[in-house]
Amino acid sequence: MELRFTDAEASFRDEVRAFLAAELPEATRQHLISGKSPTKEMVVEWQKKLNAKGWAAPEWPVEHGGPGWTPAQKYIFREELQMWPAPSPLGFNINMCGPVIIQFGTQEQKERFLPRMRNLDDWWCQGFSEPGAGSDLAGLKTKAVLENGEWVINGQKTWTTLAQHADWIFVLARTDPAAKKQEGISFFLVDMKTPGITVRPIITIEGGHEVNEVFFDDVKVPANLLVGEVNKGWDCAKYLLGNERFGQARVGASRERIRRLKTIAKETMDGGRPLIDDPEFRRQVTEMEVELKALEMTVMRVIANETKRAGTGKPDPATSVLKIKGTEIQQGVSELLMKAAGPYAWVDGDPDAEGTNEWDVAPDWAFGLAGIYFNWRKQSIYGGSNEIQRNIMAKAFLGL
Amino acid sequence: MDFDLNESQALLQDSVRKSLTAKYGFENRKAYMAGETGWSREMWAQYAELGLLGLPFSEEDGGFGGGPEETMLVAEQMGRHITLEPWFSTVVLGGGLLRHGADAALRGELVPAIASGEALISLAQQERQSRYDLFDVTTTAKKDGSGWAITGRKGMVLHGDTADWFVVSARVAGGQRDKSGIGLFLVSAKAPGVEVRGFRMVDGGRAAEVDFTNARAHAVLGEAEGGLPILDRVVDEAIAALAAEAIGAMDVVHATTLDYMKTRQQFGRAIGSFQALQHKAADMLVAIEQSRSMAYFATMAAQGSNAFERRNNMHAVKAQIGRSQRFVGQQSIQLHGGIAMTMEYGAGHYFKRLTVNEAMFGDTDHHLRALADAGGLVQAA
Repeated sequence: MELRFTDAEASFRDEVRAFLAAELPEATRQHLISGKSPTKEMVVEWQKKLNAKGWAAPEWPVEHGGPGWTPAQKYIFREELQMWPAPSPLGFNINMCGPVIIQFGTQEQKERFLPRMRNLDDWWCQGFSEPGAGSDLAGLKTKAVLENGEWVINGQKTWTTLAQHADWIFVLARTDPAAKKQEGISFFLVDMKTPGITVRPIITIEGGHEVNEVFFDDVKVPANLLVGEVNKGWDCAKYLLGNERFGQARVGASRERIRRLKTIAKETMDGGRPLIDDPEFRRQVTEMEVELKALEMTVMRVIANETKRAGTGKPDPATSVLKIKGTEIQQGVSELLMKAAGPYAWVDGDPDAEGTNEWDVAPDWAFGLAGIYFNWRKQSIYGGSNEIQRNIMAKAFLGL
Repeated sequence: MDFDLNESQALLQDSVRKSLTAKYGFENRKAYMAGETGWSREMWAQYAELGLLGLPFSEEDGGFGGGPEETMLVAEQMGRHITLEPWFSTVVLGGGLLRHGADAALRGELVPAIASGEALISLAQQERQSRYDLFDVTTTAKKDGSGWAITGRKGMVLHGDTADWFVVSARVAGGQRDKSGIGLFLVSAKAPGVEVRGFRMVDGGRAAEVDFTNARAHAVLGEAEGGLPILDRVVDEAIAALAAEAIGAMDVVHATTLDYMKTRQQFGRAIGSFQALQHKAADMLVAIEQSRSMAYFATMAAQGSNAFERRNNMHAVKAQIGRSQRFVGQQSIQLHGGIAMTMEYGAGHYFKRLTVNEAMFGDTDHHLRALADAGGLVQAA
């Protein structure tokens, strides 16, 4: 039993920090510390730098441009980026579509898409959810019909994150209407410039434009852009969702937010003293820190298992904890950040605006904290809602 | 990072598991509790035979050189069977006090007797006003010729009614809540001026109220005015053992609950098929897995040499596991329904043990507040 990082892992952490210090623009860092989402330009610029270093696709095999890291190194890299904070490599490219192409794609697809994905020459988005298929994803209705050697897609996707930036979309569509739910679905790669695609923004409760509806109206897709076998797209979808495991814990991101919260709570006055000196507030922060420490150790256990089993073993019950606890902590901290701002949390600014607080009506640090709180309610809904996670646990681990 | 057991750890775990599985069923435990001392001398002899009683002591002192990982493994198995013997009080607390406080001569005198199961030691630190503050001490130690005379009342002395020795925290100098001026004194239970009133605790364990009236100390552990850092360190190690014990108890009560949910029929189906109940059981698993992570962390953190950091880490351990074990205990009763309210069913006994374990050396509220006051685990930017 050895419950610490090795010296080699500790020096890898230093190497990541040194790279962040040297290469990440300070403006991007400050933008993220304020709690805002990175702009498209920030993400693209950063990922190109990561790719030049060979670090853009931590999870990919070396032959496709992965760095060949151990699970512990991947964890350290991810956490250090979140803590800095720096943008993470674009998940749609690196953690979702890329691995599916590596696992199920043709040689032609790999050569055509993977290098551009890694370098973020193409921004990908995810066409899974539909108005009638949310948690019950296999209930999707978007159809693809083979006509004259081309697939023709009709239907509607929704909650398509950052489709407004996207060059390509990966799409689940029904290719055999007669088959049972999961069995007649295929996985397509679709150029967003194809005629018949319409993107319509969905403005979420905090006022941000993050998600979209994407409509497919006789969209023609060449046959060589179907991934894997016809009607086996559900295998790709399951594989993709299975890769999400660690991603949702976001321990580093929560630690960065708690650090921010404490900084703010030291400067904010409450009852004539700094807010951090209020025992009740401090206790609420501490509860988050304690749960986060446990989550950090849970992630380590999952990683240690991963190293040992090289991904071949049965799922570890600890993995199911990551999504539920990870999102509960992030939501809890976002709530405390909003509370720290008190009445100055009420300014309703444009969360996508470049500058912050242009009207000078509240302290800079308070700006947008309520927006993040509202926006982060999504976390326990997406990626398999936390209730779906409990259903999975009951079935897979509890035998109920 | 590696959470696997090495060969000797696996052997240790296996031998304890086998022994307890064979001899510590629900009916066995009931019989042990009803016996003369409230626990089993036969099991105690078996622990000695398995090497559990000498486990944490160095080989030169007559022990087996086990570390915190080994203690964790044993504690977890003890928790799985909610054992009644004075392993925690004698080996974890008493043993820790001897390891960190006693000189070689005293260790040479006591460790072989502990390892063989002949000697039992209890820590006497609790006072009526002290609650969870180890430094809040009114019991006094006065110089008496070449030795020390102890006077005061100590409560909730775990297994105090069968102890051969007490380690008593007593004030040599300073005021009631001063952190300096506290000594740790080894007092024989047979010494004149020691009066013991034993009782049963709600979890089935034994404890005693002990009055010391000018009782002569056999020895001092460490410096006479510098006992608190030793006590703090021992309690931090004990918290790691309590954490592991809680994991063992939570695992069993959760498994018992799941078994019941699969077999109990209502409305024509197993109650485990109801989603409201499934989600509660899933939340129990989340709490247990987070606690298991924290128990590993405790085992690592208890070895820390920076006392402030170590203390804060143990606050976090107690706070997280404390809240989890209360939730798991309460839900195990709720998901069973009426059956778990009966003395004849196992779950309630685990619930009671988890309840006492939570409050031992500070409950969740105490540790959350202490950690919050100390600035938490994450520093501001």
